[in-house]
Amino acid sequence: MEDCLAKKMEITVSEAEKRTGRNAMNMQETYTAYLIETRAVESQSEGQCAPVDSLWRRYSEFELLRNYLLVTYPHIVVPPLPEKRADFVWHKLSADNMDPDFVERRRIGLENFLLRVASHPVLCQDKIFYSFLTQEGGWKEMVNETGFQLKADSRLKALNATFRVKNPDKRFTELKHYSDELQSVISHLLRVRARVADRLYGVYKVHGNYGRVFSEWSAIEKEMGDGLQSAGHHMDVYAASIDDILEEEEHYADQLKEYLFYAEALRAVCRKHELMQYDLEMAAQDLTSKKQQCEELATGTVRTFSLKGMTSKLFGQETPEQREAKIKVLEEQIQEGEEQLKSKNLEGRDFVKSAWADIERFKEQKNHDLKEALISYAVMQISMCKKGIQVWTNAKECFSKM
Amino acid sequence: QTTRAEFDLPEYSVRRRYQDFDWLRNKLEESQPTHLIPPLPEKFVVKGVVDRFSEEFVETRRKALDKFLKRITDHPVLSFNEHFNVFLTAKDLNAYKKQGMALLSKMGESVKYVTGGYKLRSRPLEFAAIGEYLDTFSLKLGTIDRIAQRIIKEQLEYLVELREYGPVYSTWGGLEVELSEPLEGVSACIGNCCTALEELSEDMTEDFLPVLREYILYSESMKNVLKKRDQVQAEYEAKLEAVALKKEDRPKVPTDVEKCQDRVECFNADLKADMERWQNNKRQDFRQLLMGMADKNIQYYEKCLTAWESIIPLLQDKPETK
Repeated sequence: MEDCLAKKMEITVSEAEKRTGRNAMNMQETYTAYLIETRAVESQSEGQCAPVDSLWRRYSEFELLRNYLLVTYPHIVVPPLPEKRADFVWHKLSADNMDPDFVERRRIGLENFLLRVASHPVLCQDKIFYSFLTQEGGWKEMVNETGFQLKADSRLKALNATFRVKNPDKRFTELKHYSDELQSVISHLLRVRARVADRLYGVYKVHGNYGRVFSEWSAIEKEMGDGLQSAGHHMDVYAASIDDILEEEEHYADQLKEYLFYAEALRAVCRKHELMQYDLEMAAQDLTSKKQQCEELATGTVRTFSLKGMTSKLFGQETPEQREAKIKVLEEQIQEGEEQLKSKNLEGRDFVKSAWADIERFKEQKNHDLKEALISYAVMQISMCKKGIQVWTNAKECFSKM
Repeated sequence: QTTRAEFDLPEYSVRRRYQDFDWLRNKLEESQPTHLIPPLPEKFVVKGVVDRFSEEFVETRRKALDKFLKRITDHPVLSFNEHFNVFLTAKDLNAYKKQGMALLSKMGESVKYVTGGYKLRSRPLEFAAIGEYLDTFSLKLGTIDRIAQRIIKEQLEYLVELREYGPVYSTWGGLEVELSEPLEGVSACIGNCCTALEELSEDMTEDFLPVLREYILYSESMKNVLKKRDQVQAEYEAKLEAVALKKEDRPKVPTDVEKCQDRVECFNADLKADMERWQNNKRQDFRQLLMGMADKNIQYYEKCLTAWESIIPLLQDKPETK
């Protein structure tokens, strides 16, 4: 981790701005642009601050960067982006992409994404990533020039591999299963949490009505009036306190969401392994069948039914010269195939090794981060309880003066 | 269904049912019409909605009936009432009740104050003020009752969601290795909060709402007493006018008009005294009620606080230290 980018450079996504422009179809659109600021970390003894470089990027550019990373580093669990659209929303929160709270949380999420990439031992060294942070113009063209889109595996191919692979590494199968379960449980958690937030909001807000009625009641009372009135004020404070409490909880939800999306990244690595393994199996199968063909031609025995064999029987045997030619071609193919198989095998083993290393790194990161998230959630709950105790204690004192 | 009443005078222990309390209250209203008689908890409960034999219902009613008797005991006039005494001491109350019916016709004990047909022109200022106060008071109590019910409803809906929320952490814990204990801890914690919330809602339902409703009933019966007072005053004024119109030379006011005047003055005095006492008791009752409500909420938050604080060390625990 010593030479990762995060140590050398301070990266922040400091601002968000609404922009209007024309899209690819020359239609007017509104979008949000984010300001990325970078600054080289100088040694402390200097006492001087390096100048800040900055450039603006929009969400779609982040997406492009991530897609590039996914294709270029298939053995890495690539950090996810914050959600494109607001999901798991409870009713008071807006599901509007232009909502300032959503934009703010997205800004934080994008910054987090950049920091994750910058602190990854492999990803931080990528030139395209560096340019993303430092080069405003021409970056898109640069990415497209890498031709990464062509290297991307087709969805269909991946799906096919998943179903047909015979001998994937067991660890990857287990990991895929885990990531499916993780995705399911975190989704469930986020959904219920949103409902819990909604209900809690209702409980707090109704207490605000006490404020009003206590005030009205205090008007007709003599000795009880003051106590009632001031207690009513505390009820208003109580009702208002829920807004900040739930705003803070959204950050916890965002932390959970990150790992929800990370589960997807995990699955992508597993799929890549399955694809490579399937590819390997197909190549081995192909090689075996060619060898067999060769053998059959050489010895003249037909062990397997083939249309060619049948047609040659029907239309007459081929000449020895023809047979020789065929055998030659096959032998060449077989040699090629064996070399390919060797390299595929090597590739596969390398992939498993480096992927598994990153997965271990990811597991540790996940355990650490989620523990921190749970701790901060508990701290939030504690704070909420303390506020509640405070308000009701104040109210009780007012009541005691009635 | 039976409720028990225990009273030291020197010491008696009798069994009474709601019916008997109802009888007592009616008797008190009849025999002491110038006084404010404390309310009983509601007589009718919707069958099928409330279980009349459930522990909670019986306990709530018992508390209310206890309050009823204590209020009478504290009253300087009502506590000496003969019916009250019999209620507390007689082994066979039913026999006395039957006797009472016969006595009624003989003694004319329940003086029919309400002669009917007399309309008061205007209520004296101080009683008008009381009437207005009671109107607004019961209105505000009604609002508070609705708010409290709404809060309980929202809390129960919140509880439903919490009950689904906690176990999901547990499910997640089952998937994990290192995070297993922390996640289980959070799940258990949420479970504890659920229990605390349930207790809060129960307390509010059993202790808070009934007292509010009692005071609303109290206000209603007090307004009726005010009306009775108006009638007595109206009768007096009408009779007085009738005498004045007759233009008789008699300097002395006829005795029955005098009696009416007495009645009015007695009623007013009794009512004023009772109102003052009522206001004082009301202040104390509400002070206690609202402080109790605050207390229950504090206790709820304290229980939750303890639960969350206790899992912080569990969450921070490093696997090596185990």
